[in-house]
Amino acid sequence: MSGAIPASLLEQLSHQLSQVVGFIYPNEVETQWAILIVVYPYLTGIVAGAFILASLVKVFNVVEVQPIYRLALLTALSFMLVAGMPLQLHLGHPERAYEIFFTPQPTSAMAMFGFVYLWYLLGILLIEIWFEYRQQLVLMARQSRGVMKSIYGALSLYSKDVSPEAVAFDHRASRIVTIIGIPSAFLLHGYVGFIFGSVKANPWWGSVLMPIVFLMSAIVSGIAMVMFLYIVLSLVRNEKLDMRCLDKIGLFLLVAIIVDFALEALDYIHRLYQSEESIGILTELVSYRLFTSLVVVQLLLGMLLPLLILVLVRSVRFNEELRKLLYFTSSLLLLLGIFSMRWNVVIGGQLYSKSFRGLMAYKMELTGIESLMTAVMLLALPFIILTVLFRLLPPRWMELHAPTAA
Amino acid sequence: MNKREFLKDAIVFFPAAGLLSALSSQAAGKDPSAPATSGYDPTDHWYGMGIDVDKCIGCNRCVEACKAENDVPDEPYFFRTWVERYTIHADGETTVECISTKPAPVDQVAPENPDVVRTFFVPKLCNQCAHPPCVQVCPVGATFQTKDGVVLVDEKRCIGCRYCIQACPYGARYLNPRTRTADKCTFCYHRVTKGLLPACVEVCPTEARIFGDMKGRADRLVRFERANPISVLKPDLNTEPKVLYAKLDGEVR
Repeated sequence: MSGAIPASLLEQLSHQLSQVVGFIYPNEVETQWAILIVVYPYLTGIVAGAFILASLVKVFNVVEVQPIYRLALLTALSFMLVAGMPLQLHLGHPERAYEIFFTPQPTSAMAMFGFVYLWYLLGILLIEIWFEYRQQLVLMARQSRGVMKSIYGALSLYSKDVSPEAVAFDHRASRIVTIIGIPSAFLLHGYVGFIFGSVKANPWWGSVLMPIVFLMSAIVSGIAMVMFLYIVLSLVRNEKLDMRCLDKIGLFLLVAIIVDFALEALDYIHRLYQSEESIGILTELVSYRLFTSLVVVQLLLGMLLPLLILVLVRSVRFNEELRKLLYFTSSLLLLLGIFSMRWNVVIGGQLYSKSFRGLMAYKMELTGIESLMTAVMLLALPFIILTVLFRLLPPRWMELHAPTAA
Repeated sequence: MNKREFLKDAIVFFPAAGLLSALSSQAAGKDPSAPATSGYDPTDHWYGMGIDVDKCIGCNRCVEACKAENDVPDEPYFFRTWVERYTIHADGETTVECISTKPAPVDQVAPENPDVVRTFFVPKLCNQCAHPPCVQVCPVGATFQTKDGVVLVDEKRCIGCRYCIQACPYGARYLNPRTRTADKCTFCYHRVTKGLLPACVEVCPTEARIFGDMKGRADRLVRFERANPISVLKPDLNTEPKVLYAKLDGEVR
């Protein structure tokens, strides 16, 4: 035995106990997976979604989306680099996290996730970005001086060849990586869904649809994030948006929302219709604990409203400015909606007792490791990384500098 | 090879072999809590517990003994075992409370209330499932099933991810706030492998808890299982609990 019990934990537990309604098992007062585990699938989802959007260009030759190809890739990387952090911070013994890689339990969904994550980061994302940027990196290394020259040289892995054959090889290679990348992105986020969906002890989580619901909502959040960033970047740089590109992203977003909505609706209808033992407590859970976050924020504000807006944009001829504003609004609403979906799954699944006789409460800490402050920092970090990546790997450098260099 | 070379190689070889075998036994997840007691063969046993619901008087002494024996934090959020009281009302409604979280001893006599049909106590603990979902989900193999059928947690390996707590359908696990690792009932493994009874069984004044070995032919638990109508908690989840309840009301989950 080591260490004393932190007073803040006891205070939190005492408050949560005072909010309990009905009967719960005594060990259920503590919320085991708190705000950081809400942030984790949110970040991972954006990675998978942004990558799938990028793959439309490479694999399906959707030329309209070309302008955001690099933005989507760098967005995926920025969020990917942060995605593991909430898990690491959440552990009781973060210093033992390496055990997941050295002595993994093959039957554990969580253990296998470590490998899926590493595969996706090292095997797909970094390789694809490297092939995409290799020519640019070589040219940038030639044009820069001092430290930057060695940085770009190192980033290009000291390759020098920018002959048309070499560049053509880069394109082929990145296309192949993308083709492998699509199922990998599906695997990455489907797997996150499986971590929850396979818990048979918890009927709110244990659903065979969970991986696919997670995947579709991931695609929605990733596309919405890239759309949001594209609009914001054009405002910051005071540049004109490519409306054909934006409209095309809007179309994909609309399709993704419809599929996501259909799947989630199916999940709820299925539960209600089957009306198993847990249905009583789950109804109470939604009515008394999740009404605002599920019905108001996730469903009405985060899904139906943006769905309506996107349908309107497609059916009515609005001018460009108004379309931009509507796209911007719906992307923000969707990002909020998917965040509350993660909240409702992760926290919601821990607000009712496995005895099906009572409801718990979760009081989020404002400071500390498992707190609102950390969550906000983790959600802000990808944007900071993205800013750095934009400086380091300007997405439109080739258009601006390459003609003179070549 | 001459003597000198042999000795030189041996100096390198033996420590290296020792290190390798230690590492491989650790990697293989050998039972670190397996007692070194000579003559004890875990494969000879398959432990379980019987709970005679009718005999429990809700005195809570099992809970206190467990907390003392196993250094479970006193605060009312951490339990390896606890006792629930069920009250069946005339209109068919059931109310449940956990009497182990109350600071003062609970009045053991049901209030004189014509509305109350009957009340009874149900001790709960880890069900030591034969198919433990907690073991299945542990990412590092820190929680495991021993050959004598007890599910344990290696607190030196547990990373504190809490997946096992989520996977347990019975709320039997908690995160020990002192060690920051998952914790649960061990059937007092340190005692039973020495031939002693678990602390909760030892102190129970009415013998509502029966500890035994399902491989022993004339064992008390085996006789208890034969003599009583037995049920287990949440059988539909196929966890195959080894905590067997006699005369359990269908209300209990």
